This record gives sequence, structure tokens and C-alpha cells, in this order.
Amino acid sequence: MTSAPDDGLLLRIRGLKIEGQTEEGWAEIVHGVDLDLKRGEVLGLIGESGAGKSTIGLAAMGFARDGCRLSAGTIEFDGRELREASAGTTRELRGNRIAYVAQSAAAAFNPAHRLIDQYSEAPVQHGVMGRAEAESDAISLFERLHLPDPETIGFRYPHQVSGGQLQRAMTAMAMSCRPDLIIFDEPTTALDVTTQIEVLAAIRDAVEQFGTAAIYITHDLAVVAQMADRIMVLRHGLLVEEGETRDLLAEPQEEYTRDLLEVRSFQVKERPRPVGETPVLEVRGVTAGYGKTMILHDVSFQIHRQRTVAVVGESGSGKSTVARVITGLLPIREGSVLYKGEPMPGRFTQRNKDQLRRLQMIYQMADTALNPKQRVRDVIGRPLEFYLGLTGAKKRERLRALLDMIEMEPDEYIDRLPGELSGGQKQRICIARALAAEPEVILCDEVTSALDPLVAEEILKLLDRLQNEFSLSYMFITHDLATVRAIADEVVVMHRGKVVESGPRTEMFKPPHHDYTDLLLSSVPEMDPDWLDHLLAEREEMAKQGRVLKAADN
Amino acid sequence: MGPILKMVAQRLALGLLTLFVVSLIIFLSVEMLPGDITEAILGQGATPETVAAFRRELGLDVPAHLRYLAWLGDIAQGDLGRSLASKRDIAELIGVRLNNTLFLAGLAAAIAVPLAVTLGLLAALYRNSWFDRGINLVTLSSISFPEFFIAYALIFLFAVTWDWFPSIVNVTPDTPFWERVYRCILPAVTLTLVTTAHMMRMTRAAIINLMASPYIEMARLKGLSSSRIIVRHALPNALSPIINVIAINLAYLVVGVVLVEVVFVYPGLGQLMIDSVSKRDIPVVQAACLIFAVTYILLNLLADILSILSNPRLLHPR
Amino acid sequence: MATAAQNSLRLLGRSPWSARFGMLIILIYVVTALGAPLIAPYGETEIVGIEYEPWSEVYPLGTDNLGRDMLSRIIYGARNTVGVAFATTMLAFLIGSIAGLLAATLRGWADQLLSRIVDVMMAIPPLVFALLILTIVGTNLINMILVIAVLDSTRVFRLTRAVAMNVVVMDYVEAARLRGEGLWWIMSREILPNISAPLAAEFGLRFCFVFLTISALSFLGLGLQPPTADWGSMVRDNATLISYGDITPVIPAAAIALLTVAINFVVDWFLHETSGLKE
Repeated sequence: MTSAPDDGLLLRIRGLKIEGQTEEGWAEIVHGVDLDLKRGEVLGLIGESGAGKSTIGLAAMGFARDGCRLSAGTIEFDGRELREASAGTTRELRGNRIAYVAQSAAAAFNPAHRLIDQYSEAPVQHGVMGRAEAESDAISLFERLHLPDPETIGFRYPHQVSGGQLQRAMTAMAMSCRPDLIIFDEPTTALDVTTQIEVLAAIRDAVEQFGTAAIYITHDLAVVAQMADRIMVLRHGLLVEEGETRDLLAEPQEEYTRDLLEVRSFQVKERPRPVGETPVLEVRGVTAGYGKTMILHDVSFQIHRQRTVAVVGESGSGKSTVARVITGLLPIREGSVLYKGEPMPGRFTQRNKDQLRRLQMIYQMADTALNPKQRVRDVIGRPLEFYLGLTGAKKRERLRALLDMIEMEPDEYIDRLPGELSGGQKQRICIARALAAEPEVILCDEVTSALDPLVAEEILKLLDRLQNEFSLSYMFITHDLATVRAIADEVVVMHRGKVVESGPRTEMFKPPHHDYTDLLLSSVPEMDPDWLDHLLAEREEMAKQGRVLKAADN
Repeated sequence: MGPILKMVAQRLALGLLTLFVVSLIIFLSVEMLPGDITEAILGQGATPETVAAFRRELGLDVPAHLRYLAWLGDIAQGDLGRSLASKRDIAELIGVRLNNTLFLAGLAAAIAVPLAVTLGLLAALYRNSWFDRGINLVTLSSISFPEFFIAYALIFLFAVTWDWFPSIVNVTPDTPFWERVYRCILPAVTLTLVTTAHMMRMTRAAIINLMASPYIEMARLKGLSSSRIIVRHALPNALSPIINVIAINLAYLVVGVVLVEVVFVYPGLGQLMIDSVSKRDIPVVQAACLIFAVTYILLNLLADILSILSNPRLLHPR
Repeated sequence: MATAAQNSLRLLGRSPWSARFGMLIILIYVVTALGAPLIAPYGETEIVGIEYEPWSEVYPLGTDNLGRDMLSRIIYGARNTVGVAFATTMLAFLIGSIAGLLAATLRGWADQLLSRIVDVMMAIPPLVFALLILTIVGTNLINMILVIAVLDSTRVFRLTRAVAMNVVVMDYVEAARLRGEGLWWIMSREILPNISAPLAAEFGLRFCFVFLTISALSFLGLGLQPPTADWGSMVRDNATLISYGDITPVIPAAAIALLTVAINFVVDWFLHETSGLKE
């Protein structure tokens, strides 16, 4: 039903309200959002988890997931109302004029069919192209998106292809009908930083060449700065701010937007390595693995008192394996782990309580790190009992003191179950649990990776405070260089199980570097909208000179 | 296809091994008797001479491992020994009855499988509709009823109250095919009711699980029609779980047959087994047990292998 | 932060009629089983009249093949059949769940060994296996309970192991291990509380299965022996009545069916509630 005057808008959403189903009934999760999109324009939707960006993105196709419904408002695509349209109308548009690229390509492809069949399906079913034409179109798009072996890759099955390649294949599939609008739902969030670049470049190229409009959903402001013409900032189902990319980044109006922009500005002053002091923890020439395959090869580094060593690497680098070796979960083939100069037993079962106490670990996912049936009181109380032998009043006192330390009001939280806490709060409880043991070294395994940027920042600040107060040493495992820049004193870069480079933080961020470190450092998106262009130009230059930097997954 | 053949071969080997172990257990279970079984069986007539003679007849005077091998060897040649009660050759005794049992089970399966899969599919697609809820209630009740309850209820209705079908099923090797089918309807329906219910519920659960997959959502977002989504996207991935479900239930069927045969006095292997149990005719019980076990294992093995063959990730490895 | 009691009440309020019906039936059965001597008009094995008397005021369900009051025997049957089934299920559960927990927590060779043993045991159809063993060791009550409990424990093992495995890979279990917690602590404080829901549901299902198996064995004459009142054998003893159009023998069978249906309704709803997502 075409009623509104044609003002050149491809997509016009007014007063969109979306409800989600909970135990108590339907609750509103998006509270009246307006959205305009012109033809050929790229709009970035940014927000933290729970902001509603994915739900709004799907709503642009007139689609609501199971358990959600589009309760009010109008969604007009090219003059046609979608929210109350018939199933036939929406089906005609989906895949054909509006396409969707999901966050996880591995899950979105049907494991039973070849890539090229899934590519051709939409154009053939919508009557846009014949089968043969669709297949040759597939090959040309694969090539355009820089997929390896474009002629043959289509004949593979999804599980035979790597993550970054699948993401590009999915983008190609979305373009198969030459839609007017593509919705990108966090397409690079699950990828390594180095792979991300290739995919971002590919997406931008394709979108420009076909003049497609796009909605780019992400939580990473730096990424959206590269891709979008305009940005909309969302929070808790409401619009916070909107504007042209460059304007928004240069002069944000709202405090929330400013917070998001400054998220990378927190930085701890680097502490110099103490001379002549025995390191609290040392990994010396460690080679370890499972069965016949070795994952770590001759890994060495030291952690000194009240210092943070960041171990950086992408997936497959072995950084998490190092933690497993240090805690004694994985036996060592060669080399040793030393505590204050003394070698520690290789398996944790051989270590005594005191040795176990002094080394604590905090995990990435607080959801799985806390027993859902144990209350805060028991989670933090157990190490107090077990290691320090505290009971009764003394234990209660110490419990409350610990809760104060992690900035959570004891009376309010002491009896809560993990299910009643937010992501950031759960991670704080994990920190308190580690602190309760009065350790010397804490291994932080990607502790902020699963958190929203603002929450993650708070956690880092807390860890820093605690480190100063208790002279703790941290081993910080992460893949995020921004985090490294924020809190590390020393950096260890790992690639494929080997230490590629290591040294004090400031030195690490200045060239010259090992090739891999170079690749890693340069792949971290900056808030500058032109960053991607510059990077690609730089890499092209280097390629001409014969220096080719390739991501592990290509 | 290399790795797949390897997996299938592994499963076959495992199945064979299980068969051997099970045969060993069946054989040994007689050995592990507390006290002497011969005395227990002979009861009052147990004098040292009769006991010794009996033991020789049962072959118990030969060491165990030799007996086991001899037993296996005999079976391989089709000789299952002699019945204690009737002195007849067991293989002969079992032959006809096994046919009858397989016929009954086959009839039930032929009705149950298509019915259950179709109903399960429909229930999953029209989830939470009246149809679905109604079926859920009916099947939930159905799997709760003991077979003999259903059997007698059916007899009461269809054989006594309305004289449509016979309540005692008498078939001989000479009974013509369709006559057989007619006479076997009540027992077959009994078996069908319970198995269909199980299969339908499992199929429904498997499909619902499948339909929640991200790639099904993706198919909807590509604007494909519902029928295409079900046929091209859901079904190829549903084959594996559904086959599994069917095989598990066919195995149930093998066991359910026993009770049904007793109620309808059907001349099958199950009834023979029960009779032999009450007469403590051990060789017959052993043989029947072995046959049931073999069928059960083979069915499970088949399910396993078909499941592997229909898994797309295994069919096309990296 | 609602209390457990408040949560349970709210849960009950949302239950469908089928679950409520089920819970009511279960309650009735439990009361009947516990209070049999008080409720039944006549004794369990008391011969009160002539054989096969029709339904009358004195004998509401008539008499059985030996002249005993059917109604009383059905009431006592609740105690016997349900009681034995319950005891057997408890035993099966005890064996199966402990073994399953050990297998999931210890992993390695313990897991392999237990799993292989269970695989072989499950390779033989249970009823058939039970018949074989009972033929040999003789059919008395203790034997039957032991045999069925051990055979059924295999299924409990499989389920416990499967759900425990899902929990064992969680970081909080690893955290407990790294703390230095012992096996017993990990099994009982970390894993068990998180698998109690599926285990409870499985208890209901196992009970039904055991109950049906015992009834089937009794029906075949191999279970509870006369003169104990037991629903399975009561069906068998009076089966001839059916050919005369008398529905009385079907009643004990219906009693079996009703309880199983009731439990299945409740368990089905319980599983639906605790799994949440896909149904």
C-alpha cells in the first residue's frame, strides 16, 4: 500500500515498538524508534548488548524472531508497509530486495548443501535469474569479494571452508539478487582482527560497486566508523544520538556517545621491569600439547611482582594453552614453570593447597565460571573456608570486605544467585573469588572479551586498583590490542604456539616489529573514518614491494 | 569417502564384538548358577546317577571354554541343540515361530513407521495447535499403557463386543497371506499403538529442534516458501535423527512382541520363550534369547550406520 | 528474589490441567498404597464368596477366580505393585546415578570401563534378559527386584552421565578442581545440584518403566507370586472373563495405565518447564 509521498527514502521506520516474551508475558524491548535510510546509503547501528539493534535490523525486513513481535509503528520499504503486510508480500521482498547477513556464517549455512546451491537458491526461487546464470554470477561475486579459488570454492560444503571465507560467501549470497538493502548483523564480530580487515574491505567494495544501501549493526564504534555514512547510537531500545559519521565522531552531543568514544582512552602508566628481582612466575622453554600434536613450542616469559604481562594472540596462537600449562591442567613435555625461582609440579594434582592458593584464575565467560546454584555468599565464602580456614563471624566479615573491594554493596548482593546479576557484576564476583584466596598471581583469561566496552573498561579500572592495593601480578590473556595498550606493562605476542616478540609496552607499540606483530597492530581499527582506506593503500604498496602480509585465515 | 568407510567398518567390527560378548554372557549365565541347576531341575528325582546322566546330556561334564566354542560352532551350522522338555530339535522348533514373529513385527512396523513419522512431522510443523496438543495427549497416554491392557481392551471391543476380529490368533505356515494379515490385525494394532506413540514423539522433538537452527531462520530470511524450507532445508538434516528414532523403536518392537504373543496366543518366538521359561527349558530360552539379542543388536547397528551415512558433515569431509 | 515456596506455587498456578490431573491421581495412589489395610473392605487373601461373582453391593467389583473380593485386592495391589516398583526404581537410581556421576567426573579409564559395560548390558533387550536371568536364578521377589534394578540402572547411568558431562565442562567445575576440591565435593556440590531437574524427571520415567515391566512379568506369571495381590497377575488370573464380555479383569490393567499416564503427564510438563526453550 503506497500512501506516503515519495521523498526518495528507501526505508522509513516510524515509532517502531518491539515486544519480547518473558515469563511474565510480553515486555517492550524497543520503545518507539525512527529510522530513515536513503538509497545507496550505509547506516551504522551501534549499541551495547540489549540495545535492540539486531531486533531493529530484522524488523527492517518485517521479521521478528520467535518470542518477539513487532507491536507498533510503521515500517515502509520503498513505499510498501511491512509490519502488517501479508506473509506473501514480505516473502517476496526477503532475499530479493532486502537481504540479511548473519553474525555467524557457519550457523547460517545449511550443512547439507553446497555453497553454490545456497547462493543460487534465492535468485532462482524469486525468478530473478536462471540457474546457470546464477552460478556464473556466483563465481564473479566470489572473485570480487577476494575469495580464494572463486571457480571452485562454490562447490564445497560449509564445513569445508574457513570462518572468514564463509562470511564473505554469505555476503555474496546476500547480493545474489542485487537487493536494494542489505542488513549486516555483526558480520565480523566473531572473526580474528587480521581476518576482519579483509572482510570489511570486501563488504565495502561490494556495497559501493552495486550502490546497495546497507544497515551495519555492530557494537564496535571503530569498525562502524569505517563502513557507515551515518551512525545511530542505540541504548536500551531507544535512540540516543544520530548523525553523519565524521560529525558524530568529532563532536558527540550525548554523554553516552562520548563514553563510547573514549572507551579506549584509559591507560595505566607503564611500570618498568625491576632489575635483579626474581620473577614471581616464570615460564621457561615450555613445549606442551595433546597427544602427538604440540601446541606450544619453546615458550618463555617472566612475570614480576605488581606487574601486568599481556599475552596477545589470535585464535590458534596458544595463549589459552599457556594458562592451562601454568595452572597445571596440561602436562609439560619440555621446560618448566617456576614460582619465585622454584619449579612447580607439572600437574595441579601434585601441588599442595598453598601452591594452588597463590595462583588464581579468572575466566572469560562469567556465566559458565559461576555455579548457577550457588549464592554469592557461597561462591566467595568457599575459598575463605578452604584456603584460609575462616568460619563464622570472621568469614562473614571478610566476605563483606571483599564485596566492598569489588564495589558491590554487601547487603544487596550477598544472597544473590548468579542468574540475578548482570555480566559485569558476575565478572566482579569472579574477581572477588580470586581475591579471597589472597593470591600472588592472577591469570586473567580474556576476562573482558565477553563484556560490553563500557563495562569492560570499568573492570579494567577495578583490576588496576586492586593490583596497586594488593601488589598483585597479572597475566592477561587477550586478543584485543586496545586492552593491551590500556593495562599492560609488558607484552608477549604469540603466533601458532611460539613467542614471536616480547618486551615493554611502549617499545612494542613502536616500530620496527616482527612481521606478525606488524600485521596484528595495524589490523586494530581506529576511530578515524579513513583508517581502513589508509591501511589498504599501505598494504597495496607493500604488496607491490613484494612484502605480503597474510592473515592466518584466508 | 575414505573416512566414512572407515567409520562404518569400525561400527561393524564393534557390532560383531558385541555379538560375541552377548553370546558369551548368555552362555555364561547358565554357568554362574548358585548351586547346581541340574539338581534344581530334576528336583525330587535327583539321585547321583540321574544327575550325572543329566549333566552328560547337557554336556556339562566338558570344561566351559570348550563347551562355549562347541556351542558357537553348532550355532554357526544351524544346530541350536535340543529342548529339554520336548526333546525336539530347537532349530526346527524355532524356525516356524521365528517366521511368525517376524511377520507380526513386520506388519506392525509397516503401519507404525509411516504413520508415526508423518504425524510427528505434522505435529512439529503445526506446533501448539489443537492438532498438536491433541496428539500429544493421546500419545502420552498411549506410551503409558501396558501392552496387555491395550491388547485386552482391543479384544474386549473388537473381538467380544463387536465380533470383527479373532481374539486368539492362529496361523500356520499354510495360511494364505491376506488371511494372515486379517487374523493378525488386533495384535499388530496393539504393537502399533505403543510404538507409533514413541516414534511420533521423538520425531516431533527432533524436528522442532531442527527448525530452531539458524540456517532455517536464514532460509526464511531469503524469502523461501515454507514447503521449500521443509523439504530442501529441514528434511536432509532430519534424516539422521529420524532414522535413529525408527531403529530404536524397531528394537522396542522386538521386545513388545513377547507380551502381545502371550495375550493373543500367537504361535511366535515370544510365546515359546515364555513357555520355556516356566518349564525351565534352558536350551530353548538360551536360543530364543540369543536370537532376540542378535536382532536387537543388528537393528541398533543398522541405525548407527545409516545415521553416519546420512550425516552431511561426515559424507563430505574437509 | 522469590523464595522457593513462592516459586513453586507460581509454577503450580501455571500448570495445564493435564499436569494437575496427573498430580491428583498420583496423590490418590500414594494414599491408597499407604493406607491399604484401612481402606480395603476385606483382607488381601480372604476368600469371601464364590468364584466370579458379578458386581454387587457387597462386592463392588465382584470376586475373582478364587472367590476373593476384587476391590480389596485391587487396593492391596496398589501397595504391592507400586511399592515394589518404587523400591526397585530407587535401587536402580542409586546404582545408575552414582556410576554416571563417577564416569562423568573421573573420565578417562573409569568412564571407558563403565560405559563399555553398560553398552554391552544395553545390547540385550531388557525384558528378554530379565527372563533369561530369572529362568536361571528362580523367580522370587528379591531376585526380580535385583535383576530389574540392575538392568534399569543402565539407562539411569546413560542419562546421568550425559547431563553430568554437560556440567563437567563448565568453567566453575574446573575452578573447583583447581582449588583442590575433592571428588566428593565436586560430585555432590558442583554437579549434582545442576542436574537435579533432569534426574527428577528421569526418576518419574524410570518408575513408569519399572512399574510396567514388573506388571508385565507378573502378568506372565514370573513376577510377584500368588497369593500376593498384584495387578499384573490379577489380569492374567481373570482373563477368561473377558471372553464373556465382563470387563472386570481389565480394571487392574487400567489401574496400571492410569498411574503411568498420570506420571507421564506430570513429567512431561516438568520437562517442558525446566527446559524452557524448544517445545
